[in-house]
Amino acid sequence: MTLEVRDLHKSFGGVQAVSGVSLSVAAGELLALIGPNGAGKSTCFNMLNGQLRPDRGSVKLRGQEITGLAPRRIWRMGVGRTFQITATFGSMTVLENVQMALLSHARRLYDIWNPVSKQDPARAMALLDRVGMAGQAARPCGVLAYGDLKRVELAVALANDPSLLLMDEPTAGMAPAERVALMELAARIAREGGIAVLFTEHDMDVVFAHADRILVLDRGKPIAEGLPAEVRRDARVREVYLGTGATHGYS
Amino acid sequence: MENLLVQGLSGLATASSLFLVASGLTVIFGVTRIVNFAHGSLYMLGAYLSWTLVTQLPRGHLGFWGGVALAALIVGVVGVLIEVLLLRRIYKAPELFQLLATFGVVLIVQDVALLIWGPQDLLGPRAPGLRGATMVLGVRFPLYELFLIAVGPVVLALLWLLFNRTRWGTLVRAATADREMVGALGVNQRALFTTVFFLGSVLAGLGGALQIPRESVNLQMDLVVIVEAFVVVVVGGLGSLPGAFLAALLIGELQAFGILIFPRITLVLAFLVMAVVLVIRPHGLLGRAPSTAHAAAAPEPPYLPASPWRRWAGLGLLLLAVIVPPFLGDYALIVFTEIAIMMLFAASLHFIMGPGGMASFGHAAYFGFGAYGAALLVRHFAAPMELGLLAAPFMAGLGGLVFGFFCVRLSGVYAAMLTLAFAQIAWSTAFQWVEMTGGDNGILGVWPSAWAQSKLVFYYLSLALCVGAVMLLRRAIFAPFGYALRAGRDSPLRAEAIGMDGFRIRWFAFILAAVAAGIAGGLFAYSKGSVFPTYMSISRSVDGLLMVLLGGVKTVSGPIAGALAYTWLHEQLMRAFDLWRLFLGIIILALVLFFPQGLAGALGRREGRS
Repeated sequence: MTLEVRDLHKSFGGVQAVSGVSLSVAAGELLALIGPNGAGKSTCFNMLNGQLRPDRGSVKLRGQEITGLAPRRIWRMGVGRTFQITATFGSMTVLENVQMALLSHARRLYDIWNPVSKQDPARAMALLDRVGMAGQAARPCGVLAYGDLKRVELAVALANDPSLLLMDEPTAGMAPAERVALMELAARIAREGGIAVLFTEHDMDVVFAHADRILVLDRGKPIAEGLPAEVRRDARVREVYLGTGATHGYS
Repeated sequence: MENLLVQGLSGLATASSLFLVASGLTVIFGVTRIVNFAHGSLYMLGAYLSWTLVTQLPRGHLGFWGGVALAALIVGVVGVLIEVLLLRRIYKAPELFQLLATFGVVLIVQDVALLIWGPQDLLGPRAPGLRGATMVLGVRFPLYELFLIAVGPVVLALLWLLFNRTRWGTLVRAATADREMVGALGVNQRALFTTVFFLGSVLAGLGGALQIPRESVNLQMDLVVIVEAFVVVVVGGLGSLPGAFLAALLIGELQAFGILIFPRITLVLAFLVMAVVLVIRPHGLLGRAPSTAHAAAAPEPPYLPASPWRRWAGLGLLLLAVIVPPFLGDYALIVFTEIAIMMLFAASLHFIMGPGGMASFGHAAYFGFGAYGAALLVRHFAAPMELGLLAAPFMAGLGGLVFGFFCVRLSGVYAAMLTLAFAQIAWSTAFQWVEMTGGDNGILGVWPSAWAQSKLVFYYLSLALCVGAVMLLRRAIFAPFGYALRAGRDSPLRAEAIGMDGFRIRWFAFILAAVAAGIAGGLFAYSKGSVFPTYMSISRSVDGLLMVLLGGVKTVSGPIAGALAYTWLHEQLMRAFDLWRLFLGIIILALVLFFPQGLAGALGRREGRS
């Protein structure tokens, strides 16, 4: 198993945001984490990427304990991630954004002598080529369309040859056609490279089209897990997502 | 015992006065997010105006109290003018720009006050009915001080009522919590900001006006009080009234008892407290992290390698700087040397401000560390210049290592204030540790070695070292390290998510900048032949900021252009006018209002258009 999560708990003040979430993702597998707003998806996610420290539970990456490590250490152990709201370096070009991840991976950040512009761009260009952004390599990130930024983020996330990719709402804020294209791209790269992918997503078309397995959270607790077809039939999931209808006068 | 009681009571009186000034500052900051450097000038104006009014009006209760109240109201109107004419146009500008604009007002008010009231200290009359002293727990204590002790809590209570029992006050509190949301709800923000500014200015004016029976009115009181008010507001938490009150008590008592317990470090004490508080509670005692929910900053422009046009201009300038000086007199050589040194100073500050995105309001500390590093070796070990110039960057780097460790953890206004606090600690150490540093008299006889005695040779030495260091900084900006620094500025989240340790990167940058400033400071010491505490004063830090902002913080060549223009301009103004502060202040305001991108930025725009 690439990622193994056991019994995660997290509360904020009196609110139990996540309680008792366990999951595992194998190499080349796509696991979707879904649930209504406030279900605890983002909290769960942030405990995996190091932004939040769990109250209880353990996170293991390829058998190694990573619980409570800082995000940058988790990245060094081979976890790439994309953000719900894209986070790129706006004052740099697309190419330079990817190069920064490569330079960091090569531990060359404290070099104060060799110009970045003289670095060999081949690897960064190859990564951009994989996400279809090679043509825009020289544009500053600050002026890109949102969908293109998401692609750049994917290229950045792949720069350290991750064994696990964490994608927080990868298609949020994109046009429907772009969503399908981006998720197809991510799924193909993951399966070809044997990368385990954990993603949260609100768009059910995207989830059911690309996830190998789905884990449904509600109010911090897992309520269903399984293949897309199983989850689709699950009565509790339907209830959580669609309601019983009682409040609106249907029966 | 009696002595302690008297000290405790006068500490309370000081606390009240501090609170009056600090409350206005903190209310203004809470709503407008502007750190108003001119708040001390409003305080000073209040003192001068009430002096004039009280001495002109008929004696008696009405004359005194009426004069005080009228002075406070006039200051309120002045505050409104400042808000409407200046600040309203720059609410969206970066915070350092706002700080700088209000500093421009400080300069203007200083010279205007000099013109109207003259340079001599003015003594005000005693307050009618509160002239004598009374017995408090067996100790004689001045009545007026007792009155002041009561003023602080009364004003706090009135402000509390105003903010919690009126619609206007509710709006002010709402705007302090979330300005954008209040705007979205259809509240007239302009009116709100202006009235808040009026209230804050009245409080500052009142604070100043009430001082006249207590101390003489002079032209230095603006900076003295603003620095103390900054400490109080930052310690209490920016925007928090109870915090300001608590901090005013703390600082007031600390100053009163500090004189008894640590007479040698009175100047440092307040800043030490501020530094400790900011390190432990980064947003002050009762402050909260500002809401950043709506902060959608425009992306910073990329740094481009110099265009061929600019490259040639730079080369041409350097060529002139090498060829022309042999034909110049000593005075011009001194100015040229200073320009070279200031270029390095500005470039070192730009390194942390531009790519680093950190606000430093105390960069003069590292300049001063360099100067003192060299001068102390000369004074105590009679070291030669070569050694002194090596010690300068080393000493400054050490200072950057220690201070930077704390400063780079904070951001925005708080970082600016912590750097200011550390610079003031360094300044007051140099000022008060007389055995070591010579105190106010400085260290004299810091002359270059025999081979560099001639002004021309020393100029070439300075030029070589400064240009070399500037080129190295520039190289670092375009190397992976400079990119990593910018990465942390652009998106801390993403930088961390690709393995970057933002704290270590910023810390290293801070040390590099300190080292570069130290080289500049060391050279400056040898060019002047002496070192004084003023090398680390606020005004030198502001000089650095002015150069960087004048040149444009968003371009790499900005600080060079800025240092050149500013040093030359400063020199000309000082020579030509007695009222150079007034002119400098006007130039700053013009710069802030009309060239927010700085000189290099304005030139760049022109290039871009053609």
